[in-house]
Amino acid sequence: MSPETSMDTDVLVVGAGPAGITAAAIAATHGRQVLLLDDNLAPGGQIWREATTSHADESDNVKRKTLLALRISGARVFSGWSVFDAPRQGTLRVLYENGSDTHTTDISYERLVLATGARERFLPFPGWTLPGVFGAGGLQALARGGFSVTGKRIVVAGSGPLLLPVAAHLRQMGARVTTVAEQASRGQLARFSAFLSRQPGKLLEGLQYRAATGGSTYRLGCWPLAVLGTERVEAVRLTDGQRTWDEPCDLLACGFHLVPNTELASLVGCALHDGFIEVDDVQQTSVTNVFAAGEPTGIAGLESALLTGTIAGLAAAGKLAEAKALLPRRQKLERFAARLKAAFALRPELLGLAQPDTIVCRCEDVTYAGLAPFNNWADAKRQTRCGMGPCQGRVCGPATEALFGWCNSSVRPPLVPVPLSAMGAGPIRPASNQ
Amino acid sequence: MPELLTITINGREVQVKSGTLVSAALLTVGTPCRRSVTGQLRTALCGMGICFECRATVDGVAHRRTCQLLCHSGMVVETR
Repeated sequence: MSPETSMDTDVLVVGAGPAGITAAAIAATHGRQVLLLDDNLAPGGQIWREATTSHADESDNVKRKTLLALRISGARVFSGWSVFDAPRQGTLRVLYENGSDTHTTDISYERLVLATGARERFLPFPGWTLPGVFGAGGLQALARGGFSVTGKRIVVAGSGPLLLPVAAHLRQMGARVTTVAEQASRGQLARFSAFLSRQPGKLLEGLQYRAATGGSTYRLGCWPLAVLGTERVEAVRLTDGQRTWDEPCDLLACGFHLVPNTELASLVGCALHDGFIEVDDVQQTSVTNVFAAGEPTGIAGLESALLTGTIAGLAAAGKLAEAKALLPRRQKLERFAARLKAAFALRPELLGLAQPDTIVCRCEDVTYAGLAPFNNWADAKRQTRCGMGPCQGRVCGPATEALFGWCNSSVRPPLVPVPLSAMGAGPIRPASNQ
Repeated sequence: MPELLTITINGREVQVKSGTLVSAALLTVGTPCRRSVTGQLRTALCGMGICFECRATVDGVAHRRTCQLLCHSGMVVETR
């Protein structure tokens, strides 16, 4: 894509996961000029992230159909672009980086669809900054990107429905996944399976049996206390609340379910509720002509991402009656989301894992003891630089929210670090009034 | 079979399959990406461009997120 200092479009969609792809394809199919922006190397989002070193997996029908719909829709796809500012209403400022070729562009839109997805929640515990500790989805993404895990002993820990698929995928790639440790209790998960299946006991047993046939133990109500090792991970200390033991491993893949990416929504002024973007019956946010779809409106998985993406795409194309007709289906998935949230709610023990010297903010190396004296995010940030590094609080924000109950609501541009060279080549930005 | 290409990590030539992420190449050879502000060694965490732990200097450009970057032939990667 050659540099242009400005572009405009009817519908701008940010985020090319299942929700964003669907919204873009539908709006384009209804005759709108659509631009789909994404900061990854290719469309698909995290769930459909391609293995870059082997042939694409064509066995997934939903993925194939959704990507095909995008290709034939006429929507233009810009991969490798990050939104970093909203300089005025109806315009986003984006950064493109390719080697030393970096530049910024302003994109104006009539309607905006935010499909910015979710990220893993990380909780600090002793040793979690050691080389060899990854997110659960994080290690899967890196393995897809060519990190060979063959023969590696891996513990998968944390929480959420991703842990088992991640473990299965790592095993497929030749890893020895010894343990999958899910912090949620058997009781919590049994209630969730009762909602999913008439024979909840069988569902859980089936999952444990399948893990076992793959050579892994799937432990419920089990969580990490500390990572052991000096230069890198050597073992992880696990507990089930009764018994504590050290599980030797080469790599630890650990994430505590998901948190929504709402930074851009906040920047353009969308109201949040309980951490998620508030939307009406047709996915419109509190800002007129700004819509949201997928995980930022509720963590509810693929089916919900596709449905809310459809509704947002229809609404952005002006097809309100068709969009509204899908509401009953959405409401059903909202009930699923509520159950999912309850099933993988964090146990209180996890909030006591960080020790005084445990790093909470990895960008600025701010420890738990360094943060403990403060009462809120803003004060802690000013005094300790917590959340002021390049990740802009994307990792430590949800962690401090869990640990201290802080609300990290201050979002400021740039949302991602922008090299000066790119700023120089792009449009001049008027002085900020913030 | 994907073709092999050669990149340089901290002065050492390394062969990787085409399509390999720079962060994956660093992990495969066991080279941490960076030192934190207090000097701790760090490797990639999130794998999706969020955490910035995988920053390294690539082809002379500092602070590139190596999990969002594919290796190309002749690429020069430096970590500190």
